[in-house]
Amino acid sequence: MRREIPLAITAIVGFALIIVYFIPHPPFNASKDFFEDLFFIIAAFAIWLGCLNLLKVNADKVYLKKKGWPFSIVVWFGFFLMVIVGFWEGRGFMNPGTTFYYLYDKLYYPLNATMFSILAFFVASASYRAFRARNKEATILLIAALFVMLGRVPFGYYLSSWLPEGWRLGNITDWIMDFPQTAAQRAIMIGIALGIVSSSLRVLLGLERTFASGE
Amino acid sequence: MKFLEKLLAVDRRIIFLFIAIAVALPLFFVVKLHIEVTPVVRNLHNALEALPPGSKVLVSLDYDPGSMPELQPMAESFFRYCFNRDLKVIIMGLWPNGPIQANVALEVVLKEPEIMKKNLKYGIDYVNLGYTAGNEVVIERMGSDIPVTFPKDYSGNKTEDLPLMKGVMNFNNIDFVYNLSAGYPGTVEWVLFAVDPYKVKLGAGNTAVQAPQIYPYLNSGQLVGLLGGMKGGAEFEIATGYPAKAVRYMFSQSVAHAVICLFILLGNFAYFATRKKKGS
Repeated sequence: MRREIPLAITAIVGFALIIVYFIPHPPFNASKDFFEDLFFIIAAFAIWLGCLNLLKVNADKVYLKKKGWPFSIVVWFGFFLMVIVGFWEGRGFMNPGTTFYYLYDKLYYPLNATMFSILAFFVASASYRAFRARNKEATILLIAALFVMLGRVPFGYYLSSWLPEGWRLGNITDWIMDFPQTAAQRAIMIGIALGIVSSSLRVLLGLERTFASGE
Repeated sequence: MKFLEKLLAVDRRIIFLFIAIAVALPLFFVVKLHIEVTPVVRNLHNALEALPPGSKVLVSLDYDPGSMPELQPMAESFFRYCFNRDLKVIIMGLWPNGPIQANVALEVVLKEPEIMKKNLKYGIDYVNLGYTAGNEVVIERMGSDIPVTFPKDYSGNKTEDLPLMKGVMNFNNIDFVYNLSAGYPGTVEWVLFAVDPYKVKLGAGNTAVQAPQIYPYLNSGQLVGLLGGMKGGAEFEIATGYPAKAVRYMFSQSVAHAVICLFILLGNFAYFATRKKKGS
């Protein structure tokens, strides 16, 4: 039963939602709001679960003195600082002028942006090592990358403004984005969509059970 | 020859240093660059120009500070444009940080002299509905009932008590949706769950990394227009006639791109030169 009940719930809810989506008329659409409410409740609890999991993982790290454990203390401190300040300020705690907003704007905001901006350095280093014209395919990729990188910034205009309209870097970049790139994206999207349909059907029909039993 | 071999195995910290200089140094200079408005941005601007004053525009900010350098200038320029054109702005977020990012942008825009003259009022000219957990299901529910999806606004006021939200029941009462997206849930979900079932008019601003994924929706007409990365933001600022942060940052991005291209070309030159030598 531990296996059959989750499989039955998955199949019933899954097929019900498919019917609701494709036949949005009474009596089928009546269950739409019910299922959406269920989803909202589960999503709200999932946030709690995520918070508790974050605290537990970091508490374990500190307790077991794992590598980088002092950072886990910072996580705990940051978490409770924001939660306590938020609860203390009550309604409108995220509006400009509040302590929560100040902490967000002056601490979290620049820290998070800094973490993401580090990516630029790794992209530059990886581009230098990876973009080598080793074979035909790599050469095409390299040329396309150079066109797009220069065509997407104003320097591209200055480098190619002497060329006739249509042959400038910006125009070539637009062509790459509109045609070869979009065609490739469409192929990937259709492939992914077919994969999702087939794997969803396997889950709904009970052929794929790893999500329920860990098999 | 030794130099070329050294160049091939250059320490990545040297590349980091060059990139840091290429990004940071241009920020100290104000350089007027030629920025052409591409058709994808022009289309978005034209669609917004077609909205009469008083139209209700829903803005969903689906990103966090990690994508702020690219998307925050887009948020600011969009709010500035809406307020200048007397469009009514309804803000929300599918990401928890989205609504607070909106407040950060509003704080900048509402202090500008031209906007201050308009004496905009919260609840009448703009509202911030905040965040609701549920990703694309939030969009799906908004299609049938917005007040149920967001019973209270960001500050805890009842949504139905806000004058701007009177009569706003679902997407039928929204004239345009604008989405700023850095991933999931974002523009793709807005296309799938708002544009296709409810025929919503949607424009979007995306990070440069995500923009290529969105192009198929542009060509199919599901998306009115797209701002791709900081360049898209700069083009929008030029199109609206208010050059601001994105335009200013384009010099820095241009130099950084040029430096990366130079590194790639140098790397390839060294690679072929050393390979020929080894072959001979």
